[in-house]
Amino acid sequence: MDLLNAFIALSNYVLIPGIAYGSQLALGALGVTLVYGILRFSNFAHGDTMAMGTMATILVTWLFQSMGLSLGFLPTALLALPFGIAFAILLLLGTDKVVYKFYREQKAKPVILVIVSLGVTFIYNGITRFIIGADDQNFLDGQRFIMSARDFKALTGLKEGLAFKTTQGITIVTAIIVVALLFWFLNKTRAGKSMRAYSDNEDLALLSGINPERVVMITWMIVAALATIAGTLYGLDKSFKPFTYFQLLLPIFASAIVGGLGSPVGAIAGGFVIAFSEVTITYAWKKVLGYVMPEGLQPDGLVQLMSTDYKFAVSFVILLIVLLIKPTGLFKGKSV
Amino acid sequence: MIVVDDLHKHFGGFHAVDGASLSIQKGSITGLIGPNGAGKTTLFNVIAGVLQPTSGRVTMDGEDITGLPPHELFHKGLLRTFQIAHEFSSMSCRENLMMVPGNQSGETLWNTWFGTKRIANEERALRAKADEVLEFLTIEHLAEQKAGQISGGQKKLLELGRTMMVDAKIVFLDEVGAGVNRTLLNTIGDAIQRLNKERNYTFVVIEHDMDFIGRLCDPVICMAEGRVLAEGTLDEIKANEQVIEAYLGTGLKNKDKVGA
Repeated sequence: MDLLNAFIALSNYVLIPGIAYGSQLALGALGVTLVYGILRFSNFAHGDTMAMGTMATILVTWLFQSMGLSLGFLPTALLALPFGIAFAILLLLGTDKVVYKFYREQKAKPVILVIVSLGVTFIYNGITRFIIGADDQNFLDGQRFIMSARDFKALTGLKEGLAFKTTQGITIVTAIIVVALLFWFLNKTRAGKSMRAYSDNEDLALLSGINPERVVMITWMIVAALATIAGTLYGLDKSFKPFTYFQLLLPIFASAIVGGLGSPVGAIAGGFVIAFSEVTITYAWKKVLGYVMPEGLQPDGLVQLMSTDYKFAVSFVILLIVLLIKPTGLFKGKSV
Repeated sequence: MIVVDDLHKHFGGFHAVDGASLSIQKGSITGLIGPNGAGKTTLFNVIAGVLQPTSGRVTMDGEDITGLPPHELFHKGLLRTFQIAHEFSSMSCRENLMMVPGNQSGETLWNTWFGTKRIANEERALRAKADEVLEFLTIEHLAEQKAGQISGGQKKLLELGRTMMVDAKIVFLDEVGAGVNRTLLNTIGDAIQRLNKERNYTFVVIEHDMDFIGRLCDPVICMAEGRVLAEGTLDEIKANEQVIEAYLGTGLKNKDKVGA
């Protein structure tokens, strides 16, 4: 039994990647949940909004890199992020004006808006692939590790190494800052309260003189920022490939629904539930169990419950279970 | 003040409001009575901009307001409350009231970041006003309470309070008295009368409680089947043959029916 090494191995392969992935999902799910709360439809275009925002960020990053601008040990992408966000805001406000507004004025049913957003998805997806291509793009620079496994071993003398990637650190810190800002905005500012009021009771908000178009506009701006940040962090941490972002839609929606659609706290909790389920179920436990189990009982196999190829199945199963047992989610959102 | 001219609202083949014409005098407390399904609430919804009329016109002080969206009517001083009280359930009663005045400077993203001082001053004034309103309605002890947790009657008071946060010209009250006990109903009645006298609010009240109507309202308009049946003081209305037929009924007639 070697609990310390077991814990280090667990942190290295499960805890830290899980927290980073959870933060990315949480930021994505927050965007979905806000659109659902205010505009009252499931925005299938969210994954590709993330892709579009990230693409803009990547293009600006490349521009900065070619100009020799950098942030030292931090990735240049952070410097380009505000430009990506600005692009995404223009994109979403433009889409709203051209597409969603029409259906809003018709008072279209949510299901129609869902299909409309699916159409928007394909358009975004096409544009992204047209501009940047369908392949993997690498735009990470700066120092790769805050602490590499080798440094950790040298520092502690332990057998197991603990790697902490710069992108993971950035993801976690950024997520904390963004979530804190968002909650401050929703709970403390008048603009945020109008959003909550509009989400809570649309009729009353309208009859209280809240301008719905302004609420919708602010919502799209926040959603654009959240999507771009989530997308860029995911791209830095893994890699950027347009199709991956479309696939991300499933775990993101699963997160939002598990937490309760329309509930920001739920979106965050849901993000971590999904991330950790995915990571723990697809992780090969051989190493950790090797340290924990008594001599002779250590496993020979990989002890991997499911191949990583099937990781999306995990979110799908969780999604189904939640919809069957508790459709309003953990934090009492709106039922789907 | 408000003139409704030949208003129609059809839902498919069903004519909820079928050629209603009426006018509401400035400074009056007008009662709107009629059997269930007479189209009273639909009429309210059309006037308040929640529903678009099929045809007809609504004017306010001579200005055509037909089909304007609710938030624009709100800024013109036309407010309404709901038959079933609405509230922002996750906010405190005070916050509920503070939501009301439209066009607050804190509503724009720009001011959220760069106009904090102006917002703070505005919020302070609003807070004081909200507390004043809560006191007026004798529910100051509920200021911090989540609005979703207070009783139905208290929600009705809160709805009335919402209209006091701005200088409303005309307020449409949809069954303020429904499901409210006598004491609270008197409080609501007092508040309505005071607002009418002190602040010169015009009220239109839908209500089934004849005592309440009798105490507050003059004139009274009776609707049935989407049309205005009669208008006058409550006594005149009570004496009107058509109204008795359609709405009030008589003990005698009922007895006849039983006998037959």
